[in-house]
Amino acid sequence: MSIEAIKEPSVIEGRPTFVDIDEQISAPIDKSPNIKYFIALGITSTMLLIGIICIGATFFYGIGLWGNNNPVGWAFDIINFVFWVGIGHAGTLISAILFLFRQKWRTGIARFAEGMTIFAVMTAALFPLIHVGRPWLAGYLFPYPNQHHLWVNFTSPLLWDVFAVSTYFTVSFVFWYIGLIPDFATLRDRAKSRIKKIVYSILSLGWRFSNRHWHNYEMIYLILAGFATPLVLSVHTIVSFDFAVSIMPGWHTTIFPPYFVAGAVFSGFAMVQNVLIIIRKIFNFEHIITLNTLEKMNKIMLATGTMVGYAYGMEFFIAWYSGSQFESFVFVNRAFGPYAWAYWIMVSCNVVFPQLFWFKKIRRNIAIMFVIAVLVNVGMWFERFVIIVTSLAHDFMPSSWAYYKPTLVDFGILIGSFGLFFTLLLLFIKAMPVISIAEVKAVLDGAQPHHTHNGGHNEK
Amino acid sequence: MKNKMIYGVTGIFDTPDEIISAAKQVKAIGFERFDVHTPYPIHGMPKAMKLGASPLGYFALVFGLTGAFAAFALMTYLMGYNYPLIISGKPFIPIPAFIPVTFEVTVLLASVGTVLAMLFLLFKFPNNSHPLHDTEYIKRVSSDKFGICIEAKDEKFREDEVIEFLKSIGAKHVEVIYYDNETLNFKVNIFEWKFVTFLVVSALVVSGATYIVLNKLMFASPFNWMMEQNRIDAQVESKFFGKDNFSMRVAPVGTVSRNSNQFKFSGQPELADAKLVNPLIPTEENLRKGMKKYDIYCSPCHGYHGLGDARLNGQFPNPPSLHSEKVRNWGDGHIFYVITEGQNSMPSYSSQLTNEEKWAIVLYVRALQRAMNAKEEDLK
Repeated sequence: MSIEAIKEPSVIEGRPTFVDIDEQISAPIDKSPNIKYFIALGITSTMLLIGIICIGATFFYGIGLWGNNNPVGWAFDIINFVFWVGIGHAGTLISAILFLFRQKWRTGIARFAEGMTIFAVMTAALFPLIHVGRPWLAGYLFPYPNQHHLWVNFTSPLLWDVFAVSTYFTVSFVFWYIGLIPDFATLRDRAKSRIKKIVYSILSLGWRFSNRHWHNYEMIYLILAGFATPLVLSVHTIVSFDFAVSIMPGWHTTIFPPYFVAGAVFSGFAMVQNVLIIIRKIFNFEHIITLNTLEKMNKIMLATGTMVGYAYGMEFFIAWYSGSQFESFVFVNRAFGPYAWAYWIMVSCNVVFPQLFWFKKIRRNIAIMFVIAVLVNVGMWFERFVIIVTSLAHDFMPSSWAYYKPTLVDFGILIGSFGLFFTLLLLFIKAMPVISIAEVKAVLDGAQPHHTHNGGHNEK
Repeated sequence: MKNKMIYGVTGIFDTPDEIISAAKQVKAIGFERFDVHTPYPIHGMPKAMKLGASPLGYFALVFGLTGAFAAFALMTYLMGYNYPLIISGKPFIPIPAFIPVTFEVTVLLASVGTVLAMLFLLFKFPNNSHPLHDTEYIKRVSSDKFGICIEAKDEKFREDEVIEFLKSIGAKHVEVIYYDNETLNFKVNIFEWKFVTFLVVSALVVSGATYIVLNKLMFASPFNWMMEQNRIDAQVESKFFGKDNFSMRVAPVGTVSRNSNQFKFSGQPELADAKLVNPLIPTEENLRKGMKKYDIYCSPCHGYHGLGDARLNGQFPNPPSLHSEKVRNWGDGHIFYVITEGQNSMPSYSSQLTNEEKWAIVLYVRALQRAMNAKEEDLK
């Protein structure tokens, strides 16, 4: 059998040339946007404006405008925080973990997913700030020398969260920017207008494609991927500690860290897949973000969705097996109590529908996979709702039980968070290459030297 | 372009295989100052160019260990020594609880530090005035071609020979890169008035904005809502409770404090004088205790030595001296009575002092009186 027969097919379809790649990827940046883009931007910025108004009202009148009250002190704010941090995890998984596993199909989607990570973490970071009620005092979250000689509580999961999320944002941003440097240099050398040329010169830092630099660049990419991999696992682990370290029934479980990480990757992939389906259609990236890539993402969603389903089952099992009266009450109450509607939305969207991905036809059908991914995002939002609200609403003391009802302002801020995320994403699409030019070129057919065994190895 | 100086000779190749073999041949001839420019990293190129291993791994190790030790040491010092607090009944230095922050700071410092070291130390970025910029050569290698550049600084560099050599190994297009002597000798002058003005203005803007935000904005509506609430503060005039204009309420008649026995001699100072005996003996410990409580509760009006020299700037009438004939002749019980019940404008201190503390104060007042009116034999 010849070598060609067992060779993996290229991840980029249609055998484009390097110049084609340059032109196709920078097309959204070079051309002035069409009316569809402005309609999309109009919708997202309207959503953002709704959020800004609701947050402004919250700052002015206080968080009494929200539905939170005793005993449900954490509600939409923390649900949204966990949801958005989770969305971010897919980006790091694609850019770092799949890089370490040498998955070439990641090249087409890595840049975009990293951008989504950054915007999702920015959106997420908003919620703890507005949740504290007085966001202008957020500086107290960091340990700094002050005249009170007071320090933050280093044993609190909420403080770990501050460190985890800020580290995650910084490292993701650095990783993303490092990846962008060569592409900025390519855009600099393609730029026709003077302003573009100056902007891309500054952003590219003067990158000149030297192989003495590429040599270190590949190393730093490996190092960053190596650091980002445990980091991304630690972030949602620490987010889950916010719950697991407490003694609340339904929260105080050791399964939370892996369960949260799997859920985060699950929802993140669903979001990346949703947005990519639209992007590849609008900008004609179908041969770079191929159907094969989308199918592989669906497989990951199937795997993580099944893990999440296992975690739901295991929670129930442990609630019974532990013999703890409060645990078992909380879980039975989740499934059959006043919040049963939320629980069954969660189970059907997260566990039942993704199982359809076992069928290859469904995995490769764009319309169906889009709908399933939307449902997964809905389901994952409800997962956080179920975890947070049902446990708090029915805790140890029956006398304080209550039913949580969100207010219009809560929904306004939720809409605003989507508005912020998608507005940033749309601006990103127009301003920067959404696909890594250098990385895609490197995985094209014929982009790497042929391995002539008698040549390469005798050199040593 | 005036003062043209040669930077190097570049050759352009079409395929990755060609550039690998070109790099090998350039290296084989013995050129040291050459570089290969490709639109993406080419597998096997570091080996062809005989580049050593990248030092970045060591940078990451050093930065990471620095982060780990710094975070751990900071937390240990702050929680264990600087301000120890008992939290959830755990030790002052709960090592498992330090793991998340230590890990995060390690990753943060290792990633950011290594990247900055690479960009600024190894690559000497940002550098947009390199001779290669804006040449036809870099525009090709940033897109679809593979180039090699032999620098004029190399010992073996002879312009014509290098051009011939590059053509002989298959370069499709050979270009000589020049640079301007002026740009080469350009020195950054940090004392230029524009730059200094920029620094001064940005310092003023940043400090001014910080000052206004922290000292003015925080105290302005609506950010002061936690401070300025619709509540009645103690010591503040208010008509809320009625015509007496007090915001504080007086306890109803007959109220007694918790854990206190009723004072048997209420309204009967002479009886208290006659019947009460100080249970404490004037040991140093008791006197110190009395002094401490006296300095806290009595000295604001009576003065540290009982002379009646109040520190309250005349907000209350100054009390008479404790060294008068009258007070010196009172029994211990009478002084105890006055502390317990108050006298004239002096209020009762029963709610602030225990009986034992009152007796300690009596001892201390006696010591003050004796010190102020010392007899001759006291000096011996």
